[in-house]
Amino acid sequence: MTASSENALKERQFKIVGTRPLRPDGIDKVTGRARFGADMTAPGMLIGKVLRSPHAHARIRGIDASKALALAGVKAVVTHADFSKVGADLDDVSCNVMARDKALYDGHAVAAVAAVSGAVAAKALRLIDVSYEILPHVTDVEAAMGADAPVLHEDMFTSGIRPKPDRASNVVHRHEFGHGDVAQGFEQADVVVERHFTTAATHQGYIEPHACLGSVGPDGQGELWCCTQGHFYVRNACAAMLGMDLSHLRVTASEIGGGFGGKTTVFIEPVALALSRKAGRPVKVVMSREEVFRASGPTSSTAMTVKIGATRDGRITAAEAELKFQGGAFAGSPVDLGAMTAFACYDLKNVKTVAYDVVANRPKQAAYRAPGAPMAAFAVEGVMDELAGKIGMDPIALRLKNAAEAGTQSSYGPKFGPIGFVETLVAAREHAHYSAPLGPHQGRGVASGFWFNFGGQTCVSLNLHADGSVALAVGTPDIGGSRASMGQMAAEELGIDYDKIHTIIADTSSLGYNDISEGSRVTFSTGLATIQAARDAITKLCGRAAQFWGIPEDAVVWEDGHARPAGANAGDFEPLSLAEIAATAAKTGGPIAGHCEISAEGAGVSFATHIVDAEVDPETGRAQILRYTVVQDAGKAIHPSYVEGQYQGGAVQGIGWALNEEYIYGDDGRLQNPSFLDYRIPVASDLPMIDTVIVEVPNPGHPYGVRGVGETSIVPPLAAVANAVSAAAGVRLTELPLSPPRVLEAIDGMAAEDEA
Amino acid sequence: MRYEAPENIETAVKLLAGETGNARVLAGGTDLLVQLRLGHVEPDLVVDIKRIAGLQAITAEDGGFRIGAAVSGAQLGEHDGVRALWPGVVEAVGLIGSTQVQGRASIGGNLCNASPAADAVPALVAAGAVATIAGPDGRREVAVENFATGPGRTVLAAAEIVESILLPARAPGSSDAYLRFIPRSEMDIAVVGAGISLTMAGSGKCSGARVALGAVAERVLLVEEAGEALTGTNLDDRALSRMGDAVAAACRPIDDKRGTKVFRTKVARVLAIRAAKIALERAGRA
Ligand SMILES: Cc1cc2nc3c(=O)[nH]c(=O)nc-3n(C[C@H](O)[C@H](O)[C@H](O)COP(=O)(O)OP(=O)(O)OC[C@H]3O[C@@H](n4cnc5c(N)ncnc54)[C@H](O)[C@@H]3O)c2cc1C
Repeated sequence: MTASSENALKERQFKIVGTRPLRPDGIDKVTGRARFGADMTAPGMLIGKVLRSPHAHARIRGIDASKALALAGVKAVVTHADFSKVGADLDDVSCNVMARDKALYDGHAVAAVAAVSGAVAAKALRLIDVSYEILPHVTDVEAAMGADAPVLHEDMFTSGIRPKPDRASNVVHRHEFGHGDVAQGFEQADVVVERHFTTAATHQGYIEPHACLGSVGPDGQGELWCCTQGHFYVRNACAAMLGMDLSHLRVTASEIGGGFGGKTTVFIEPVALALSRKAGRPVKVVMSREEVFRASGPTSSTAMTVKIGATRDGRITAAEAELKFQGGAFAGSPVDLGAMTAFACYDLKNVKTVAYDVVANRPKQAAYRAPGAPMAAFAVEGVMDELAGKIGMDPIALRLKNAAEAGTQSSYGPKFGPIGFVETLVAAREHAHYSAPLGPHQGRGVASGFWFNFGGQTCVSLNLHADGSVALAVGTPDIGGSRASMGQMAAEELGIDYDKIHTIIADTSSLGYNDISEGSRVTFSTGLATIQAARDAITKLCGRAAQFWGIPEDAVVWEDGHARPAGANAGDFEPLSLAEIAATAAKTGGPIAGHCEISAEGAGVSFATHIVDAEVDPETGRAQILRYTVVQDAGKAIHPSYVEGQYQGGAVQGIGWALNEEYIYGDDGRLQNPSFLDYRIPVASDLPMIDTVIVEVPNPGHPYGVRGVGETSIVPPLAAVANAVSAAAGVRLTELPLSPPRVLEAIDGMAAEDEA
Repeated sequence: MRYEAPENIETAVKLLAGETGNARVLAGGTDLLVQLRLGHVEPDLVVDIKRIAGLQAITAEDGGFRIGAAVSGAQLGEHDGVRALWPGVVEAVGLIGSTQVQGRASIGGNLCNASPAADAVPALVAAGAVATIAGPDGRREVAVENFATGPGRTVLAAAEIVESILLPARAPGSSDAYLRFIPRSEMDIAVVGAGISLTMAGSGKCSGARVALGAVAERVLLVEEAGEALTGTNLDDRALSRMGDAVAAACRPIDDKRGTKVFRTKVARVLAIRAAKIALERAGRA
């Protein structure tokens, strides 16, 4: 993009984009009319329940369901034998949905029943006899990498290393990224800081548990209603696991009570369909909270070492990181993404990250907002903070001195286009928060973060009604107010009121394939597709006007919601509104619709800088967040309230992750805290109002400049909070969560050292 | 499962005594209903005691107050008399759950559920409260510190019901306080709780103190040595520190997901000292 077209984007005046209309789903949600995953029923419906392994690692010698099947009211039992063999891409997903020869973690599904009521189904579960041979287990990432660790998969040989190992292990793959020569870089450094960090596994913590209603008829046609971030993916995965044609399974996405990445896969959906097929009746399955914690995706627990060297004036000469993430019982932890994002904020000559994907006896990790990046940022930004302290430099100044800009070669490979990192740092430095005074036992932390954002496959259909209103059908479940944003973009293009647009999430049989609502892709890609579909409709509207006026199509332009002759030469006709053209569509060629099918490219990367103040009770180690400010580049905020909501939500989830959230396993490999009582997400009274600043550096890849905003906001808070709490406690804290016992131990340990 | 809601305590006792299966008393249900839903208890009979006259009443008695076992946190929090005389008990009960839970949760339920981490209990123990129990053999009284015998276990025999809890009269210059430690700001379970009640004589010296701890043992503990460390002092730093040492010495917690032994012991000491300072300040106004 040229400088002039970039400026054109910055200066473009919008009518609807950038305003804050009411979200179309708002009233339904506050009145209880909205239908979530568990709100659907069907005549003759059965209740399905899943039997889960109580063991962290066990061979399944046999499953005897005869007693359960003999219980009155039980209509079907399924095990892995009821699912089809799937391709390599879905094999782990399928094995996670229903264990085969081994249960690989506490909570792994081994069988399921459908019965006439929940009580009967629960009783039937207790009658299923599973014969287990208990095997040694491992849940800690570094222990799982040990030479004598119990091996989960006998056929797992670490890839990415040479020579190829001759022994199976729990290390899936070794990744490496970077450029330059770090050894040489460290030689040029005046100051080097190296630290080891760990983070605990955390859950996405959505309030709505996984829930679905599945039905497969005797003709093999199926329907599924479920809460998901991606119903097209659900359809593909379920169809494969049930051996159905894609066209024979129609999936409808319900309203969603939170997903944050955790609803980008399948758990109970194939089970409900398999039970339904066997029982010949619709089957509803709703997870309990305990099941959500034990068996749906948390994120990885990690161990990381980061080393950064700099000259005394704050120029980074080398940066190196080693990351180890366990991703649960199957390959695919986001350690590669952690490694790619770790140093992405900085313009570095010498940078190297090595990353190990590790399996352990825990539930298969699922995506969680900017997968991998928050942990990596925690380590890197912690070292940056300490480095700033060591050379006596302001932490924002240190970041500004090394900040990535347009043209910088990123630590993970590509060169950046126009980006807004410097702008977030400058806005943070100038924010009143950054210079506000602090009291005793209080500390301030700063951290920055990066996320890629994605595009992907998108298909949108926009139908004009005879009264001039518009139905917009998209295929990306609305997880953050996207129906409002889509409506705004369509209204902006068409030149009509926002209220005239009704946006729905269409089912999988009504649209072409849409990728999941993930990767902060929806406002970017579905927005792009919506704008293109509106433009397609406009071309057709202009064609109808041309036909009406008897002039060539290219002599008609679309302005302010009207078709007009392009100029004096084209003829002198009264403009025709969208409603006027739509009203006569039946006579001018039939219905008018706009379409767009794309694989969206050009999602702009985004950056954020967070400032946080914390206070620590020196006698109990309890940390309290006093003030929090998020500064982030949105490219262009279509609906600023929902952009702010994403910023605030990311910060709050990050605060929970930093302070108290953690998966706690006993020596027996069982999860000890599968409830919201002992898995502590922040409650409202724990938090200050999260202040937000929207920076807008347009993304040239989107007609309005949109960048994704949903994930970047969770990247800095782990580090920002840890930096603030470390400052308040007077001791560097490198292990998350910063739970009171851990913080108190660090404070007391330091006091003991001082005395010695 | 059978549900009964009798209107007097004799009928309630009779219903419980007549049940051959598993019988449970229901007050606010904020513990019991959760246990039912989790499948931890499967009673054949549930006897709701909320309709029994007197169990929902707060009555003045000999300069103190008799609290019906089914009185809710919200009711207690609105009672000016109890608030003035036993502010520490009221603040302890007021910490239970949220506004919604406060409308249901009872002081008797908190006691009978016998969680070592129950918030009301350390404050009641510090207060020297006495429970009146009704059963098939009539009534008996038990000091609250002797009520629980272990997690979920109490001195209640079959078909016995706690009818009321007596908060005694107070000498002038007396007050109490309760503090708990939780990682969050609310909706959490005490990692440590500390209740203290004391009387400051006209001389400015403490003439008696009771210190009780929650969540540091298998049941709520009355730490007599801690109270004695304050008696006869003006609660100077040395006395507070000795009291804290007695508290730490009495702790016998476990390492678990909610906190380590070391952490609980340290924090019990800190909370007891802080609670003592609050009680002292209140006593100055009482
Ligand atoms: C969301 C939530 C938050 C909570 N937060 C806290 C907290 O912060 N602190 C805390 O201490 N607790 C907390 N609790 C637990 C609970 O609210 C308290 O223990 C409450 O005081 C129980 O009172 P209840 O009247 O609801 O008891 P119920 O559930 O009715 O009864 C509890 C038990 O006592 C028995 N019982 C009740 N009354 C009598 C009686 N008079 N005689 C004999 N047996 C009886 C019942 O059979 C049952 O076993 C919380 C609970 C919830 C759901």
